[in-house]
Amino acid sequence: MSLIRRVFAVGLMAILSAGVLAEEGGAALDTMAADHTNKESLQRGATLFTNYCMACHSLEYARYKRVADDLGIPSDIYKENLIFTGAEIGELMKNSMNPEQAANWFGNAPPDLTLESRLRGDDWIYSYLRGFYKDESRPMGINNVVFPNVGMPHVLLQLQGLCAVEPAIGHRESVDPLSGNIKNQDVCTKWASKGSMTAAEYDSAIYDLTNFLSYMGDPIKVERERLGMFVLIFIAIFFIFAYLLNREYWKDVH
Amino acid sequence: MQKLISWIDQRLPVVDAWNKHLSQYYAPKNFNVWYFFGSLAMLVLVNQLVTGIWLTMSYNPTAEGAFSSIEYIMRDVQWGWLLRYLHSTGASAFFVVVYLHMFRGLMYGSYQKPRELIWLFGMLIYLVLMAEAFMGYLLPWGQMSYWGAQVIVNLFGAIPVIGDDLSLWIRGDYLVSGITLNRFFALHVIALPIVLLGLVVLHILALHEVGSNNPDGIDIKKNKDENGVPKDGIPFHPYYTVHDLLGVGVFLFVFCVVIFFFPEMGGLFLEKANFEPANNLKTPAHIAPVWYFTPFYAMLRAVKVDLFGLDAKFWGVVVMGLAIAILFVLPWLDRSPVRSMRYKGWISKIALAIFVISFIVLGYLGIQPPSPGRTAVAQIMTVLYFLYFILMPFYTRMEKTKPVPERVTG
Repeated sequence: MSLIRRVFAVGLMAILSAGVLAEEGGAALDTMAADHTNKESLQRGATLFTNYCMACHSLEYARYKRVADDLGIPSDIYKENLIFTGAEIGELMKNSMNPEQAANWFGNAPPDLTLESRLRGDDWIYSYLRGFYKDESRPMGINNVVFPNVGMPHVLLQLQGLCAVEPAIGHRESVDPLSGNIKNQDVCTKWASKGSMTAAEYDSAIYDLTNFLSYMGDPIKVERERLGMFVLIFIAIFFIFAYLLNREYWKDVH
Repeated sequence: MQKLISWIDQRLPVVDAWNKHLSQYYAPKNFNVWYFFGSLAMLVLVNQLVTGIWLTMSYNPTAEGAFSSIEYIMRDVQWGWLLRYLHSTGASAFFVVVYLHMFRGLMYGSYQKPRELIWLFGMLIYLVLMAEAFMGYLLPWGQMSYWGAQVIVNLFGAIPVIGDDLSLWIRGDYLVSGITLNRFFALHVIALPIVLLGLVVLHILALHEVGSNNPDGIDIKKNKDENGVPKDGIPFHPYYTVHDLLGVGVFLFVFCVVIFFFPEMGGLFLEKANFEPANNLKTPAHIAPVWYFTPFYAMLRAVKVDLFGLDAKFWGVVVMGLAIAILFVLPWLDRSPVRSMRYKGWISKIALAIFVISFIVLGYLGIQPPSPGRTAVAQIMTVLYFLYFILMPFYTRMEKTKPVPERVTG
């Protein structure tokens, strides 16, 4: 599976690198390689999302039951621990925020995040959540290098702490080109306040959260790619028979 | 079985039709790889019709429900994700095979006498296909759906005097709205497919009346054996039906690689901005149509001069319309005594190469945000695109052609 993906990914990147992907523009980003098969990471991400994000950001196109099943969480445990609205397990993952009030509080209503990873990309989310810093000129006292003048407060401040200077997001030399892992996690060189996590722990938590949102945008991905292999093998075998049949018919045609 | 067939045949000429169009339709035996794309277009058409019917079963054609019904299809409907990706990838695949099919026609002179009508029907198919794709793209009701439709419909507003009323009439509202969505849905799932199917039937009937061209551009009916069968011909069935299976195999492999591994094709087949619901208060920073429209979009943007008191935008629309319209008269622009590029002179070969390059470069530029440099390149490419057609009557007549063989060369 991964071989086919890589071969075609290289070809595709060669075609597209000229600009389609780069056109997004904006700040440089740190990269993260999402892994939808890593259920522990997805479970931690789902927990983080439910506890820190979901009061404001719904996942209104997804259903709790699907997430519970895909992530290997028993439905009763999921319902007990990860549904705060009293919704049934089969319902859509909405929240109780009133969009009009929210627009008053933050300037814009917090967007639904079901498809955020497909709209902005995994790297963007991973970088954005690590890109907050202290900026007294802003109403909330914080700003973000990936999303300048963002209306969202730094919800994970008690975990990360608050960086006093602009974090060095997107400094490519810190990315190991072979594994795609971030080698240097010290994106922040000076802290205004410390959080409960170390920089490495926070990066790991944000990886999980981003991984969860990546899964949320494309929940069928793992299954799709698994099936895709069988489909391609089937077509390859079909081609062999089609080739032989064709050769049989055409052998007397000159 | 035989009795049943003869019972039907006395009432409906099925045997006759089978013979005429398949088992005794003699196609030149020297078809090469370029001859796969006609039957592949049929395959994609069937794919679009079948997946389209099933998508319609779960799709909600309202401004309030369209976007979430797509996600409902992607997440809750059994195999919905597959149906949707088959349909969205199929739209791009349709244009891939149709563009290659048209290029084959250009290369081997398949539009020349006596095949002018086949070419015209084909061009009409292309035109309807563009309308079909454009209207289909509005249906997911994402940001790019919405603003793409807004931009294209507004183009009609550039027409003097009637423009504003015309675009109002097309939208059915002062801006793209649920009313527009409803009518585009009706046209996309009923009106245009019916027209498309009718045109495909005419395209094939006209083809079978005069017979297929071939890479040598020779009329195989000139050399017939004692039974009246062309010596270089071969029954379409079974020879080309089994042969086309090879093409189907290769095509499906590539098609499925995209569907199962790269359904967005890096933003080319499904644009990223379309994962956000349509919002008429928020214009995306960069609006680009899907790749198959971008050559014409680049031409539209390349026109920068106001002429005769009319806006540059209007002339852009005119250039874009002419770029498509000029393809219709192609059979009467080519004055060459030979059909195939194999026997035409070097000017024709270079002209075709320049034409292809200009089309691809324009397609690339249409995806990119505009810049002065890119606009300059687009202007040059637009001129080259038109020169291919405008100069064709001259260079095809004056260039030295090679002698055409009596029989196909394989």
